[in-house]
Amino acid sequence: MNAVNPSGWRPERGGTAPASSSPTASGDRGLSLEEPLIFELAAPGDFGAKCGVDFDEPDVAPSPSLSRFLRNAPPALPGLTEPETVRHYTRLSRQNYAIDLGPFPLGSCTMKHNPRLNEKMARLPGFADIHPLQPHATLRGAYEAMAQLADWLTTLTGMAAVALTPKAGAHGELCGLLCIRAAQLAKGDARSVVLVPESAHGTNPATAAFAGYRVENIPATADGRVDLAALKARLGPDVAGVMITNPNTCGLFEREMKAISDAVHEAGGYVYCDGANFNAIVGKVRPGDLGIDAMHINLHKTFSTPHGGGGPGAGPVVLSAAMAPFAPLPFVTRQADGSVRLIEEADAPTDHPQSFGRMCAFHGQMGMFTRALTYILSHGADGLRQVAEDAVLNANYVLRSLEDVLDAPFGKAGPCMHEALFSDAGLAEGFTTLDVAKGLIDEGFHPMTVYFPLVVHGAMLVEPTETESKAGLDRFITSMRSLAERAKAGDEQLKSAPHFAPRRRLDETQAARKPVLAWRGDTPTC
Amino acid sequence: MKLETKLRYLPVTSADRTEMLAVIGAAEIDDLFVDVPAEARLSGLVPGLPLHASEMAVERHMTGLAGRNVNAGEVPFFLGAGAYRHHIPASVDHLIQRGEFLTSYTPYQPEIAQGTLQVLFEFQTQVARLFGTDIANASMYDGSTACWEAVAMAGRVTKRSRAVLCRGLHPHYVATIRTMAQFTGDKVDGRSPRLEPLPDVAGLIDAIDGETSCVVVQYPDILGRVTDLAPIAEAAHAKGALLIVVVTEPVALGLLEAPGNLGADIVVGEGQSLGVGLQFGGPYLGLFGCNEKFVRQMPGRLCGETVDADGKRGFVLTLSTREQHIRREKATSNICTNSGLCALAFSIHMTLLGGEGLARLARLNHARASAAAVRLAQVPGVRVLNETFFNEFTLVLPVDASAVVEKLSERNVLGGVSLGRLYPAAGELAQGLLVTATETTTAEDIEALAGALQEVLA
Amino acid sequence: MSRYFTKDHEWIEVAGDTGTVGITDYAQNQLGDITFVELPAAGQAVGKGDGVSVVDSVKAASDVYTPVSGTVSEVNAALESEPELVNADAEKAGWLFKLTMADAGELGALMDRAAYDAYVAEL
Repeated sequence: MNAVNPSGWRPERGGTAPASSSPTASGDRGLSLEEPLIFELAAPGDFGAKCGVDFDEPDVAPSPSLSRFLRNAPPALPGLTEPETVRHYTRLSRQNYAIDLGPFPLGSCTMKHNPRLNEKMARLPGFADIHPLQPHATLRGAYEAMAQLADWLTTLTGMAAVALTPKAGAHGELCGLLCIRAAQLAKGDARSVVLVPESAHGTNPATAAFAGYRVENIPATADGRVDLAALKARLGPDVAGVMITNPNTCGLFEREMKAISDAVHEAGGYVYCDGANFNAIVGKVRPGDLGIDAMHINLHKTFSTPHGGGGPGAGPVVLSAAMAPFAPLPFVTRQADGSVRLIEEADAPTDHPQSFGRMCAFHGQMGMFTRALTYILSHGADGLRQVAEDAVLNANYVLRSLEDVLDAPFGKAGPCMHEALFSDAGLAEGFTTLDVAKGLIDEGFHPMTVYFPLVVHGAMLVEPTETESKAGLDRFITSMRSLAERAKAGDEQLKSAPHFAPRRRLDETQAARKPVLAWRGDTPTC
Repeated sequence: MKLETKLRYLPVTSADRTEMLAVIGAAEIDDLFVDVPAEARLSGLVPGLPLHASEMAVERHMTGLAGRNVNAGEVPFFLGAGAYRHHIPASVDHLIQRGEFLTSYTPYQPEIAQGTLQVLFEFQTQVARLFGTDIANASMYDGSTACWEAVAMAGRVTKRSRAVLCRGLHPHYVATIRTMAQFTGDKVDGRSPRLEPLPDVAGLIDAIDGETSCVVVQYPDILGRVTDLAPIAEAAHAKGALLIVVVTEPVALGLLEAPGNLGADIVVGEGQSLGVGLQFGGPYLGLFGCNEKFVRQMPGRLCGETVDADGKRGFVLTLSTREQHIRREKATSNICTNSGLCALAFSIHMTLLGGEGLARLARLNHARASAAAVRLAQVPGVRVLNETFFNEFTLVLPVDASAVVEKLSERNVLGGVSLGRLYPAAGELAQGLLVTATETTTAEDIEALAGALQEVLA
Repeated sequence: MSRYFTKDHEWIEVAGDTGTVGITDYAQNQLGDITFVELPAAGQAVGKGDGVSVVDSVKAASDVYTPVSGTVSEVNAALESEPELVNADAEKAGWLFKLTMADAGELGALMDRAAYDAYVAEL
């Protein structure tokens, strides 16, 4: 035998003492990593010591005419080198839940898988590195991509035209209401009231008020839908229109949609549809067949563009023939010869004279258009129909798998669409929807939408989407059933959940009473 | 077993569907759509649309479309006018594509969204320090919509409704304000610029009266000129109005004094220059900073510091009672979505630069633009309008600049933005050409533009 | 001195032609931690039922309606830095504003303590 194990290393399984709850010296615990602020990472007292970008100092001084405008010192912002920067943001990223990690069952927010081809296509230099004001001849492919998206959106919805520029859903709502207003003013018919159901997204009344309308609520029927009789009774010469979400935020289809539209049109009003939930019916129903005049489509919801921790969105608005002449600038149209034109201010007086104007700089969320178009082409007409069917199938599967342990207020009345609604009825005294939600975090899931819609007490709105497998849904259902039982049994552990997330419940009262909105540590000078 | 290859993004199999329908108690999928009236339900596919396509086929199609555009990196490129081309470090795009950032939603559950929330807190601090304001929000759609929101907020703060816009405010921003104002009753006083070396500060001050809610000044302005903000702030405040400063090129603030330090009450801007890229105009990044005393009148999301149940520092979205999902029709704004991913890109780029790096980047931009101005002024018939500029300036040509831009483009030079494109109704501006140079502009690019311009004008 | 209540959970304490207005202990308890109180301006003329103040909790913003018409004479400035006073002492130190009443007859339509307590018990 030569030297016996000279390094001294041999496999060991270690002791069997239980995991300690005492703090580590670093504050990190294994792969659970804490991360300071960039202001704390940079060299104390010298934010300018490091930089992750290498540019040469120019060899000329700023022009003398600028001298009275120059700042005395650079902004007090820390710089980090590339490795420090990559590490900082990568460590922070690990404190986030994401659709890439598991289901994100946020009802009415719709988080489906974001295909990576979308990202790759949006980054082609021919899309990502073009300027909106280049000569038209250098942008033929961009205009064509916009027109192809427009063709798909109008065909899928059965509408006459689409305004592409709105930057998100709420911006799209504004676009639709401004079209309605412009159409009525063009007829010399100024109206002051917009009707909104109680179950609407908060953006609906906020948008109507922002557009200068008085908002009135439409009551709901006991089965969670718009009360048609009450709506008809309220219609009149002062009502500009209605804003209806269909499928609505209880996850139900408004069966009387066509009758609603007819009644509103009869009274000289127009119908705005909040298309946030179009993913439930894409390929199955064309809103144009239901008498809708304007509807925004959240591209991130139905067409899988990423939401990036809260945006960007994109909210193209499909329009009926009555609305199309009033669409905002710029406006994309396809000519008789198939070529695409971008109508801007210069040509608007002759070619789009009734437009209500511009809603934002440039031409809208092109980076989202390319992603959505990529997704749409991938699925095609058949795939999109399957998307809606699977989304509705998955939601109903969740509804029927949980309704014996959680109260489902509209469950008895029939199937749901893309989302299943539960309430807090039946939970033990002192146990709330919030406790179930926080318990779900400990189970490794993102919670459902909670306390919305307002028409149900302690609402839990679950939207699985079509990109969850059956096995994934079964795991979620198992966790939900367990939590429902614990909340009914009054398991105190649930009141203090989450226990295993990067943070426990946060003190939102303190945050709101004494807001700290920026880092106020010692400010070193550069 | 048969491989289902049809739809690569749909994990529910045919066998699953059968099993799930049985659990639900439905015979077929259409039983779940019974609430849709039969006459509105399509029995087959939407007519007139193609079927699904493979990843390879879609990539081919999209690459074909992209190939029909001339991208900025291929040619000498001098466009700006509110959208600027800068070098974006490779790590920025890598980091924003981490799934934990890219595919997370609005941080409604703070315990599992500290990554996004801490980034927003850092972003808010960076923007506030860049602008010289006390605080900043977690971003808005873009610069133009942020600008309108500032005008609306000034109305809430002052209880007045007359907005005075400087002549040099980006015409798309002016148009956005006008669109909104016609529905809210705000009166907007704004005119197109004149081809003069300096902005009309005296005229702007004269327009401020006792009804004025705000004065809106772009800095540098649409013609590239730098406005002296201090006297405008003084005049606005003397009349009880707020000063709103609009920054469409944040890199400029590496060199120029921060508006908040010169008396601005609200500073808004377009953040696209850092991290985001051109992207054909969107998605971009609205920046919004202001004095702390206006915090409850601010639009948009705010992230604040707090502690968790164990006393550890953490971050939450806060002051949400201003927002639409709680206030509904009484909200300060109808905005729901912000521009989170673009804010992340901006914040990473800013972290890589730091204040010193930003200052150097700004000096470099100014140096390149100065070199371009000197060279282009040598082209016969061409003169530089500006007395001051940062990285963008206006050339006055002997002929209509829109036609010149087209001819330059035929020579594979993207030479700038004609004022005729921006102000089609203002004939007196037609000879103006807006030219931008950044750190990406080389000496060869400048020479190419000068040569092509000389040819076109000859 | 006498105190009246509304169905919207405001109270008004009347002394001469001055009324002091706040929200009830029941209301503060329902709202939870109060984070901010938006107060009217002194000198502001208000009509019975007008929303003149807003009480924010973390997840709700509630309008406070004035129980009677009049002119606001004073606001509780302490709430600007200590909104939590409304939680701690809603019916005394957590008062919101005082007004000079325009029509004492409007008080007739309000509830007294016993009636309000009975009303709340039904909720």
